[in-house]
Amino acid sequence: MAKILAVDDSASMRGMVAFTLRGAGYEVSEAENGQLALDAARGTRFDLVLADVNMPVMDGISMVRELRTLSEYKGVPMLMLTTESHTDKKMEGKAAGATGWLVKPFDPEQLLATVKRVLG
Amino acid sequence: MANVSLAQFHQTFFEESAEGLAAMESALLALDDGGDAELVHGIFRAAHSIKGGAATFGFPEMAAFTHEAESLLDELRDGRRAIDAGMVELLLRTVDCLRGMFERAQGGQPLADADSEQLRQALAAAMQRGATAETSPGKQAAPANDAKVTCWKILFRPHPGMLAGGNDPLRLLRELAELGRLDVRPELDRLPKLAVLPTDECHIGWQIELHGNTTRAAIAAVFDWVEDECELQIEPAVTVSVVTEPVVVPVATAGATIGDAAPRAAREVSTAGEGGSVRVGIDKIDGLIDLVGELVITQSMLDTFREEFDMARLDQLQQGLAQLARHARALQESVMGIRMLPISAVFNRFPRLVRDLSQKLGKQVKLDLVGEHTELDKTVLEKIGDPLVHLVRNAIDHGLESPARRRAAGKSDTGTLRLEASHRGGSIVVEISDDGAGLNRDAIVAKAIQRGLMAPTDQLSDEAVAELIFQPGFSTAATTTDLSGRGVGMDVVRRNVVDLGGSVHIRSQPGSGTLFTITLPLTLAIIDGLTAAVGDERYIVPLVSIVESVQLRAEAIRTVVGGGELFRFRDAYVPIIRLREAFAAHGVDAADDGGLVIVVEGGDTRVGLLVDALIGQQQAVVKSLEAHYQRVNGISGATILADGSVALIVDVVGLVRMQGRRRAA
Repeated sequence: MAKILAVDDSASMRGMVAFTLRGAGYEVSEAENGQLALDAARGTRFDLVLADVNMPVMDGISMVRELRTLSEYKGVPMLMLTTESHTDKKMEGKAAGATGWLVKPFDPEQLLATVKRVLG
Repeated sequence: MANVSLAQFHQTFFEESAEGLAAMESALLALDDGGDAELVHGIFRAAHSIKGGAATFGFPEMAAFTHEAESLLDELRDGRRAIDAGMVELLLRTVDCLRGMFERAQGGQPLADADSEQLRQALAAAMQRGATAETSPGKQAAPANDAKVTCWKILFRPHPGMLAGGNDPLRLLRELAELGRLDVRPELDRLPKLAVLPTDECHIGWQIELHGNTTRAAIAAVFDWVEDECELQIEPAVTVSVVTEPVVVPVATAGATIGDAAPRAAREVSTAGEGGSVRVGIDKIDGLIDLVGELVITQSMLDTFREEFDMARLDQLQQGLAQLARHARALQESVMGIRMLPISAVFNRFPRLVRDLSQKLGKQVKLDLVGEHTELDKTVLEKIGDPLVHLVRNAIDHGLESPARRRAAGKSDTGTLRLEASHRGGSIVVEISDDGAGLNRDAIVAKAIQRGLMAPTDQLSDEAVAELIFQPGFSTAATTTDLSGRGVGMDVVRRNVVDLGGSVHIRSQPGSGTLFTITLPLTLAIIDGLTAAVGDERYIVPLVSIVESVQLRAEAIRTVVGGGELFRFRDAYVPIIRLREAFAAHGVDAADDGGLVIVVEGGDTRVGLLVDALIGQQQAVVKSLEAHYQRVNGISGATILADGSVALIVDVVGLVRMQGRRRAA
């Protein structure tokens, strides 16, 4: 089953995402900020990365930019989880290399639908 | 998966939001003192997380409220709006209001109230004031009504780099196929020769005919993520009728691609009672796992003795057992450590409290917090907050003087309030000190006489006078201010602390300040106790309450009519409680001469517990009696002794109360 990395500084959000995805049979790792996510991603090759935008230490957009420089993360889908419907944040994420985005609030069904959409 | 219950994440959400609010508050206070931009980022992040969580976990009123604050913070963060004292005040009120909302959320009550609505409007109004021009066009015209289009022509040419961004054209085509029947023609003319074909680039384009009753918006949604990474044309191929009436939609909804924005989760009220949870640092858990690992190794080493044992290996066995004991002790400490939280969780509310209070009273106060990382038991931590708040309020209200009075007394205008936490032996000591005027001895004495707490002729030491303020119903403030006069007196402070197995002491120096010392047990789960025997029964008396153990002499006993037995102890008469009688134990008390009395202090009363014999001092892991049996007056719990038998732990305060009632009856 696909391996997913869930990155969010909010434990409740992360918990909800991880619980939902695990329930659907995915293997999920969690990280609290972009820096920890990078560390995790260097050890394991994930099939999908879901990342919050606003996080302390390293934000999601910088994280995506860094991840894309790693050869094994070329082409790996990365989605930004964001409450910001502002087009500029989405575009900033895209420019950094994000595949797409998922706008908060989302419920478990919407999350799963999007993940399935990306992972096929 | 639709039945994933969001309620299970509520507790985590509440806890992290409480942390977020505390962080917002301290950052706002730091801003007040002229902080930097990074603080604003932190405040924004916290508000942003709360809004996101509130919307996700089914608290739309809270999300809407936080949204207003977030918008304001967004502008502050971008420098589009300047931060002033009024703004800080408004945001501090927002923090308070959110706290209230969280409290109501935990109680399952409606979140919004008149205050929150008023504040929401104030935030919105602040947003209007001095708002810079809207950066994005608020509205845009939607394309023509295309409900009658049954066939679409789509040209889709990904940029070569699209694959690197994780978007697979094949996925997009599959998704498109869900909207209707597809006729796809690939464009291969730009495809490089195989020998030079880069595998991570896309050089194919597609001309697609989509047959089906679908809309341009639905098709565009499929390509939403790749808009800027491809050439895309969507045109109706067959048009039955086109109505060209423009429909205006707000642009914001166009951004919500995935589902609609309304949270559908019905509110499932979680009963967030005192059960709660503890957030534990990874290092603590790692340490625990480490220890368990060592324990398993030692155990398997000891296991080899089962197979074969001869005296030659006695040394090894003893070593193994010593190791096991070491691990058990370390494990005990680590497990206790999990319940330990830094006192900063309580200290953090004081900067705000002190700021608000001192402003209100026109006093200048500098707050020093020392030892914020001192850890104590979660239960103790939760219950020590209110007494500390009371002492801090008192110190500012009654202890510290106004700048004018301070100057007259030759002190600096600014008073200092100091909170210090530290470990001392097996206890935590919290000291609250101020450099104010100290206790007013004459006022206290006058009040005590008026209240009948002492006779006018009594000559009390300073220490005894200070102790008077802990008497129920005692208050020296000439007028009850709305600050300290909340119906909670120092007696309640002392009772709360004593209920936690601790004690409060006061020391005051006229003109130079007051010091309160609160001593608390490190944990409530383990106590140090003295084991005593009464017949076949074993009782454990907590060491913290013991003053002394003495041999009883018959001539020291006095019997008072209606007052039971007293015995003379250091120039005072102390009531005797016969444990055998109090707990209906078997056997008969020994002759008065030679009985053993443990003098204990419960609250501010001393009593002597008469027992048969003292067995020794030991640590006892407290097991709840209520959970396994029922509540018993005078007993706070039970523990299991080394020989497997059960000993009861004496609740000294409860026992003293029982005794008082019996005498009164």
